[in-house]
Amino acid sequence: MTIHYTEEHEWVRVDGDTATVGVTDFAQGQLGDVVFVEIPDAGRQVTKGGEAAVVESVKAASDVYAPVSGEIVEGNQAVVDEPSLVNTDPEGEGWFFKLRLSDASELEGLMDAEAYKSFCESQ
Amino acid sequence: MSEADAPTATLPLDAWHRARGGRMVAFAGYEMPIQYEGILTEHRWTRTSAGLFDVSHMGQLIVAGPEAEAGLETLLPADLAILKDGRLRYSLLLSDDGGIIDDLMVTRRGDHFYMVVNGATKHGDIEHLRARLPRTVVLDHMKEQALVALQGPKAVDALARLAPGVEQLTFMTGGAFEIGGVPAWISRSGYTGEDGFEISVAANRVAAVADLLLEQEEVKPIGLGARDSLRLEAGLPLYGHDLDEETTPVEADLTFALSKRRREQGGFPGWHRIATELADGPIRKRVGLAVEGRQPVREGAAVIDGDGDEVGKVTSGGFSPMLEAPIAMAYVPAASAAPGSEVRLAQRGKIFQAKVTPMPFVPHRYQRKGGAS
Repeated sequence: MTIHYTEEHEWVRVDGDTATVGVTDFAQGQLGDVVFVEIPDAGRQVTKGGEAAVVESVKAASDVYAPVSGEIVEGNQAVVDEPSLVNTDPEGEGWFFKLRLSDASELEGLMDAEAYKSFCESQ
Repeated sequence: MSEADAPTATLPLDAWHRARGGRMVAFAGYEMPIQYEGILTEHRWTRTSAGLFDVSHMGQLIVAGPEAEAGLETLLPADLAILKDGRLRYSLLLSDDGGIIDDLMVTRRGDHFYMVVNGATKHGDIEHLRARLPRTVVLDHMKEQALVALQGPKAVDALARLAPGVEQLTFMTGGAFEIGGVPAWISRSGYTGEDGFEISVAANRVAAVADLLLEQEEVKPIGLGARDSLRLEAGLPLYGHDLDEETTPVEADLTFALSKRRREQGGFPGWHRIATELADGPIRKRVGLAVEGRQPVREGAAVIDGDGDEVGKVTSGGFSPMLEAPIAMAYVPAASAAPGSEVRLAQRGKIFQAKVTPMPFVPHRYQRKGGAS
């Protein structure tokens, strides 16, 4: 299982043809206290770079973009019911959605953990 | 030039904030801490214990001279003639057509008036005052003075340990004290809806005073983020957002700032329009809204009618940490301003249902004269 990262501070964990997507620990730190999450419905097609979910902190609203294209398999109802999971466990229980990859080659443009770490340090 | 693009200055406590983990952002022309630990934690700490806020960006002014009282009454709708020594009034600088140039606190302090005005508007206020006050009136902008606020139910315990006697002050009164040997003007007032104090000290001594306050176990430093969510829950308007020169005191539901004698006699800018609105009612009014669901509706969202046409605007909105629900302030047509009225809001293509709710959203806990809180 490999974890990829985007410049929009999302992580993508790939298992076979399924990808789980969430926001990184760096992102949740920048957002601050998360109070609302909107997830996409199962069956929805999302395209790489398109809006897929919404996350709102006390301070501001942010869009979460689909890091890769595919069909939504499942949204995480747990973060809708308990948005603070995004702060307490962003790269675990605080995941946003799972999708079935339509083009695995899109993963090639994403960063690995080391590259993402340097990217954050340059921010 | 917008607020965000303007070059930012540093406050006397700049290094103090950074050393304590404050995340600094540009606000009102200054670098200010938006948060330390996190907005929700800081918000709840202030509601249950005591929070220390740096509000040194605000303008502190002295208005002095034998014509100061009469001169200020030509610009503000407050009855200053009956304002006793050491007492504060909330008031408004009004334009000739009744718009709000700024909202402020004015205190009679011995032979002069002490005023605290908003940071983003202070330079314009000073120009306005200098142009309009009689030439005999001396206006001093106290640039060497810092201002901090200690707010929350335990603020009195923490501050009385350092400045015995402050517990005798009641809401909207002030006096001269010392904190650790530093002279301080302290009033029982604030912007959170909680009991608390505002403390004016020399800028070059404010770090020592802030250290002493923070040594008290009840006290934590609080950033601008929680300051905004606290004042929203308290139903208190923020200038530049909920109030501006296009807004009158009647529309803004601030008629308590129009003193009885002044309403009857006039003699302040915009009186004719304001008197008409008092008699006939305003066409729109600032109200509190409880928003259905969990998603915050923020400043800039539209209030819409049944046809989807814009009939008003959300001027402040966010998530209430105490109610754990979204709340907002908005201007709505007079016909929709009564508590219980249903209104519809539009934000980023999505429709929200909301209900007009009396403010404050969270009860005030001021220490008023007579002991009832």
